[in-house]
Amino acid sequence: MRYPHILKIDGGTESMTHDTPDHSPLYQKHIPIHTRSVKGPFRNFKTLVLIVAFAVFFILPWLPWERHSAAGQAVMFDLVTRRFFIFDLVTYPQDIFWLSMLLFIAAAFLFFVTGLIGRAWCGYFCFQTLWSDVFIMIEHWIQGERPARLRLRKQPWNAERILKIGSSHFLMILVSFWTGFTFAAYFTYAPQLFHDFFTGHAADVAYFTVILLTATTYMCGGIAREQICIYMCPYARFQSVMYEKDTLAVSYDARRGEGAAGRVAPKEGLRTREDRVAKGHGDCIDCGFCVQVCPTGIDIRKGMQYQCISCGLCIDACNNIMDSVGYPRGLIRYDSEANLHSDTPTKPHLKWKNLKVIGYGASLVIMMAWLVWAVAHRTAVEVRVQQVRQPLYVVLSDGKVRNRYQIHIVNKTEHEEVFTVKVEDVPESALDLGNLPEIRVRAGKDLNITAKIDLEHELAEHTHEVRFVVTPHSKPEEAVVREVNFHGQQEAH
Amino acid sequence: MSQDKAKSVSTTGHVWDENLQELTNPLPMWWVWTFYLTIIFSIIYWIMYPAWPIGTSYTKGVGNTITYTNKKVDGSEEQKTTHWNMRSKLMSEMNAHNAEQKQWFDKVAATPYEEVSKNAELMNFVNSAGKTLFSDNCAPCHQAGGVGKIGFSPNLVDDVWIYGGTYEKIQETITGGRNGMMPAFKGVLPDDKLKQVANYVLSLSGEPHDAEAAKAGDAIFHNEGGCAVCHGAEGKGNPDLGSANLTDKNWLWANVPGQSTAEGKLDEVVKLVSGGMSRGKMPVWGGRLKPEQIKVLTLYVHDSLGGGK
Repeated sequence: MRYPHILKIDGGTESMTHDTPDHSPLYQKHIPIHTRSVKGPFRNFKTLVLIVAFAVFFILPWLPWERHSAAGQAVMFDLVTRRFFIFDLVTYPQDIFWLSMLLFIAAAFLFFVTGLIGRAWCGYFCFQTLWSDVFIMIEHWIQGERPARLRLRKQPWNAERILKIGSSHFLMILVSFWTGFTFAAYFTYAPQLFHDFFTGHAADVAYFTVILLTATTYMCGGIAREQICIYMCPYARFQSVMYEKDTLAVSYDARRGEGAAGRVAPKEGLRTREDRVAKGHGDCIDCGFCVQVCPTGIDIRKGMQYQCISCGLCIDACNNIMDSVGYPRGLIRYDSEANLHSDTPTKPHLKWKNLKVIGYGASLVIMMAWLVWAVAHRTAVEVRVQQVRQPLYVVLSDGKVRNRYQIHIVNKTEHEEVFTVKVEDVPESALDLGNLPEIRVRAGKDLNITAKIDLEHELAEHTHEVRFVVTPHSKPEEAVVREVNFHGQQEAH
Repeated sequence: MSQDKAKSVSTTGHVWDENLQELTNPLPMWWVWTFYLTIIFSIIYWIMYPAWPIGTSYTKGVGNTITYTNKKVDGSEEQKTTHWNMRSKLMSEMNAHNAEQKQWFDKVAATPYEEVSKNAELMNFVNSAGKTLFSDNCAPCHQAGGVGKIGFSPNLVDDVWIYGGTYEKIQETITGGRNGMMPAFKGVLPDDKLKQVANYVLSLSGEPHDAEAAKAGDAIFHNEGGCAVCHGAEGKGNPDLGSANLTDKNWLWANVPGQSTAEGKLDEVVKLVSGGMSRGKMPVWGGRLKPEQIKVLTLYVHDSLGGGK
């Protein structure tokens, strides 16, 4: 069962599709959000994810790796030779099924996690969140804390404002540029690209990619920020419908915070908790910190909202305030709708014993097992044998029947490989490979060769299939056997 | 427009029929700026690329030229530099592709036949380039895949080579063409003797025949008819003359395999011997294809199709 009020814009009873005073116009004017920085476990977790993700993204293309058939780069998506190098795994276009399975897994994993703990992807891992976070950090570093930034915005365009805003945007563009360059470096040998790029010799597509990525990174992370999540991102919208009543989400405990008489700021006679409880007021002191730290600028106290990216910063902010006023923590916390509205609330905990979570979990296990199996059992050699159909067969001058075959050999190893081709089920001498003594295929390359099989008339009448055995010299145990049709005169009548 | 909305959004100020108003919803700024950018883009485009017609001419674009090599009808090459246009763009791209392909053609041209046929990498090129050359130039007569057609063009997939199946002979055939013919024996030999010699020809390859007539035909073949002059005393033909081997199962001009009855088969041979044959014409490709193209075709016919033996 899903909660209908997930789609509501506020805690009221009217749906957002109606014309209410809160109704957002078609084109809302952008109000810049200047978030207050906050300390706490959620902020630390976000920072940790940020550091790890950035380290991986920015360092990976520079990691060297020993290769014979391509540039020595650990991770390189070589579009020119149509090979993706991922450490010791080399993937070819025909391995596209691995990619599709990986995307299936990613999708199922998103559904699985969202059902359990909500939009964890959005709050901690999404690149929009990561880059926005870094750009907010740049603003904080150069322009100061939230009040200082707000003050700066109210100033006329004097030297201070121009310098501070200009330099922070300059830094953002610099980070965006390096992001774009790093992205491009995944598709070619990074040191070479670095040299070519700055000497003006890189390919047009490299400049185009870097400029496009620089522009979009700066636009999305530096300027649009939360608007990407609110107006553009499809995941933001469809993840909401995957919430269950047991899903843990960042929630404000309205029962505790509002009390019977509503939230109120501490003032004369309402300073101690006992006084507030006595007068029916809740624990929320209406400090507004949860709103000030929110990267999408919402008020979590209005209930669950589609703009909430579930980053947990309001939890950190509220806990800090609760500590300072001496109230218990957890006024804003990860909790489920069911528990918040329950008559007997318990400590929030994961509820995974339902068909959806178990179903997604099981499908994840099956898909991952398949992917691991497929990658582990990949072959270093691919062989395709196709009968030449024009003509299907030909009768030779001595009455023998000849069939011809195209043999396509792909050498997916990192070294040159020599192959021998033999036939089974028919005499060894029936195979004619022309003058080819051996088939030498370079690392990462493929070849087409023509083979002919000539059979005596009687034998040809009884032979419907032949088997080709293609053996790599360095690994004879990995010989590939391919069964193909043999056509003779019996089909002619 | 509902009354509610009219209150919250500004209007043009015009009111008709007491309360009918027109809302002014301004376009969002990102949309407006995107529109301006497209205008700026188009102006840059006008300057750089061919755009505006002027009388019978047009603006050619500035600082955006293409240089390509053009081959004239007389075979000489010339460098051309033009303003940017799709045709020149195609030419320059074709130049680049041809230069890339030329490396392989050069490699094949510089390597002896035997060496090419032993090199799997070069044969891979021969397979693909040869197939294209064959489809463009040879397939109209020899059929797709080189199967040929009885009564019209030789089959290149089997092991029968009228003019010899070595690399040298195949190259000679393609370069210089062939002119195969057989004289008509109608009038030279009476009808009954034509039948006898036809029976003998059928007997050579083990086709159904009249043994007695064949015996008489044997004598005519070797003496009176003079068939052995071209086809050899054993009837095995001569690749230097292009005379057919009559002892194998392969037929080109008389459609013996196409006839199911002995009479039919005999009829086909009689028809050929009495009427002769003058259609064995292979055109000259020497001036029409480059030597390296002929070499690739020779290798393709020898190794990918027939096998030269």
